[in-house]
Amino acid sequence: MSDLLLPVSEHLLAPGGLSIDQLPSLLGELAGPGIDAADLYFQSQVSESWVLEDGIVKEGSFHLDQGVGVRAQSGEKTGFAYSNAITAQALSDAARAARSIARTGQEGRVQVFSTPTVTRLYGQDNPLDVISRAEKVELLQRVDAATRALDPRIKQVTVSLAGVWDRILVAANDGSLAADIRPLVRFNVSVIVEQNGRRERGGQGGGGRSDYRYFLSEDRAMGYAREALRQALVNLESVPAPAGTLPVVLGSGWSGVLLHEAVGHGLEGDFNRKGSSAYSGRIGEKVASSLCTIVDDGTLVGRRGSLSLDDEGTPTQCTTLIENGVLRGYMQDKLNARLMGVPATGNGRRESYAHLPMPRMTNTYMLAGESDPEEIIASVKKGIYCASLGGGQVDITSGKFVFSTSEAYLIENGKITTPVKGATLIGNGPDVMNKVSMLGNDLALDSGVGTCGKEGQSVPVGVGQPTLKIDAITVGGTGG
Amino acid sequence: MSEVAVVGPQALPELEAKVERILAEAKRQGASACEVSVSVEQGLSTTVRQREVETVEFNRDQGFGITLYVGKRKGSASTSASGEDAIHETVAAALAIAKHASEDECAGLADADLMARDLPELDLFHPWPITPEQAVELALNCEAAAFATDSRIRNADGTSLNTHQGCRVYGNSNGFIGGYASTRHSLSCVMIAEGEGQMQRDYWYDVSRQGEALADPASIGRHAAERAVRRLGARPVPTCEVPVLFAAELATGLFGHFLAAISGGNIYRKSSFLEGALGQRLFPEWMKLDERPHIPRALGSATFDGDGLATYAKSFIEQGELLSYVLSTYSGRKLNMPSTANAGGVHNLFVSHGDEDQAALIRRMGRGLFVTELMGQGLNLVTGDYSRGAAGYWVENGEIQFPVQEVTIAGNLRDMFLGIAAVGKDLERRSSISTGSVLIERMTVAGS
Repeated sequence: MSDLLLPVSEHLLAPGGLSIDQLPSLLGELAGPGIDAADLYFQSQVSESWVLEDGIVKEGSFHLDQGVGVRAQSGEKTGFAYSNAITAQALSDAARAARSIARTGQEGRVQVFSTPTVTRLYGQDNPLDVISRAEKVELLQRVDAATRALDPRIKQVTVSLAGVWDRILVAANDGSLAADIRPLVRFNVSVIVEQNGRRERGGQGGGGRSDYRYFLSEDRAMGYAREALRQALVNLESVPAPAGTLPVVLGSGWSGVLLHEAVGHGLEGDFNRKGSSAYSGRIGEKVASSLCTIVDDGTLVGRRGSLSLDDEGTPTQCTTLIENGVLRGYMQDKLNARLMGVPATGNGRRESYAHLPMPRMTNTYMLAGESDPEEIIASVKKGIYCASLGGGQVDITSGKFVFSTSEAYLIENGKITTPVKGATLIGNGPDVMNKVSMLGNDLALDSGVGTCGKEGQSVPVGVGQPTLKIDAITVGGTGG
Repeated sequence: MSEVAVVGPQALPELEAKVERILAEAKRQGASACEVSVSVEQGLSTTVRQREVETVEFNRDQGFGITLYVGKRKGSASTSASGEDAIHETVAAALAIAKHASEDECAGLADADLMARDLPELDLFHPWPITPEQAVELALNCEAAAFATDSRIRNADGTSLNTHQGCRVYGNSNGFIGGYASTRHSLSCVMIAEGEGQMQRDYWYDVSRQGEALADPASIGRHAAERAVRRLGARPVPTCEVPVLFAAELATGLFGHFLAAISGGNIYRKSSFLEGALGQRLFPEWMKLDERPHIPRALGSATFDGDGLATYAKSFIEQGELLSYVLSTYSGRKLNMPSTANAGGVHNLFVSHGDEDQAALIRRMGRGLFVTELMGQGLNLVTGDYSRGAAGYWVENGEIQFPVQEVTIAGNLRDMFLGIAAVGKDLERRSSISTGSVLIERMTVAGS
């Protein structure tokens, strides 16, 4: 990783007349007496998106954002300021504002910088530049034309391509000094179909910490299109979902939204330090069926939720959250780790330099079980099979969480039968996780579309799980 | 820390000059038309929790965005960087995109003769000269009142005071330039109650253009605490079909869904269940939905829309019938209709109401679910199908019986809109959508 320090610091600091050598004294200004921790987070981000609809590429946009976030902490207090300008003066102003939470005094001590060695999980090149603008436009048009040719019932196709290139440098008074270069790309297809006056939508996308060539290989872009169309056509035949409490089988992959909501958020360190989570103070207790082993793993190569190091310079890791149903650990950033007296787990993430870091998930998934997925379906007399989900939400205090289906079917006498309309499912995290009664051998991660929101900050995440069965959960349809 | 020292009306001339420089640069580089938005914002956000300061955040943002055209091709770019280089590079980035975008017959600025001319003063700028120490004190008072309300309030999840001021100027090469300064201040409180084997959280807040117009901090704290305590002992109810009363602060969301469903973008994309619904009766005959964009100090007020057109008062629904979609210049062209000056959205929507308060609506409902919280995004705008997680209270004999959680409510928005039995006079004032609580005749409640 240290080989990134030079180019990244040159890019971020040099234009404003700064260098790494000046960071200790700037941190010293920030980390006076009464300040337990302080850090500087420099970032520059370029991003773009291209959108095709009505058969033409009508929208393209480019965004450049840069700045520095300055944070000082005293006990549980945090002072924070940021600036779009990366200059000594701007840093000084921001430092004065941020450290106003503690009494003023002389300059504090800064540990000698040390840069962690981490495994590189993604490339360094600007993902936006690997193909030309003309090729991007051509890709969108090709996917649009090929999609429309698949079925005459298609009324509208929207195709989008988006890429982000982040360069970050973090320096902290605990001696952390680290740089990262982070690519992130995404491709989405949405299809509206119509049959006998009835309209339905299907959508699919994917991506990761890679570049646009990812979509050109293995026919991925068209794969998303075919999947979007298939989903839309299934929904054309859907009947109202039942209302009430039923057994539910969730398909593998993106259905891991279940874990993200039912378990993941409740195991973030901040909520547990504050005692506001339904999982607070329950380490070592059984909180899920013994089939369940759930990890948060930031170290997967090229995944949307992966990071070589988090936004506080801590290398990411694979953290076991729940092992055979027993709660093992929380996800921590530096602040909550310090206050709870445990190690940071590389989960300190922030949307940008203009936001404060918090404990956040990376890629959260459940390890595979032993059942054949078909055997799981066959075990249900009357229930629901959710092949694909939309978004979810959780109230971590009461433990209640929801997720909505985007492709689901009735299970009748052990067989998948009629498709049902989208419905919201609601449950209580610990209750539902205890009702996981069968686990498939087909662990899959999602295709790379997840964005998690917390306290107004969005970060890319991954989820995954094998096919699993929940014995009873409330299904919010309108049918009998 | 930025080009503009103080964020307020005095910054407008400098921002206007910047808009002109960017428009000139776009023309110089070869754009045939261009529109620019420049903004600068600053704010203070303080959070206390458990009687201590938790965070003090100073915000300062600036930036600009441009959309330019080369004939009928369009490209956009934006940046937070400042200086002449940033202008040059951002224009170049937008232009490079425009050169590769497809020709779009409907693309382009609104006609010059439609641009807003008179921009009434809307009194949106009321800076609050509050120090971080004072902000912390107000937040602490709010939280202290919450803790004092009930012994079952054992924990807090943060009480925040935010104050924000910003300036924005929009201009385009068809001769329009307009700008305004605005402020927004809020105080919110989230408390956690413990009892009956449960932990429950709830919140309350206020928001206003004027700091002194915010509700008393102690009343916000008390309200948050009472709401959290009232939820203790919540349980599901059996699956049933019953009337559902949406509390006013959630009813705003129902009308938000309606506005999304009649927005030109969703109509021309064939992505709305209300495509082709002009002239249809969508609500009961006594209902009227009006936009009033020029109300002084209101949260949604604006003199011009995102295309530079003068905003104006109008009805979207009269006698229950849909009179107009929500159109921008672009979506209007796609649908062969004139813009309704709603590029960027609707500016203050007013829902007509009766003279019953919330308690009267609960009595009128008799037996059903009174919803005070919704979870998830379970709405399909293509079909109007609606299914969301809910919490609230079970009502029998016109009286609240017990708190409810872990249920869903489901229906189709078309049926739900037509099935509105009453709108209360308990108007939600913290949103740009003004409505009272909404009683819907029948929805499916799924539970135990």
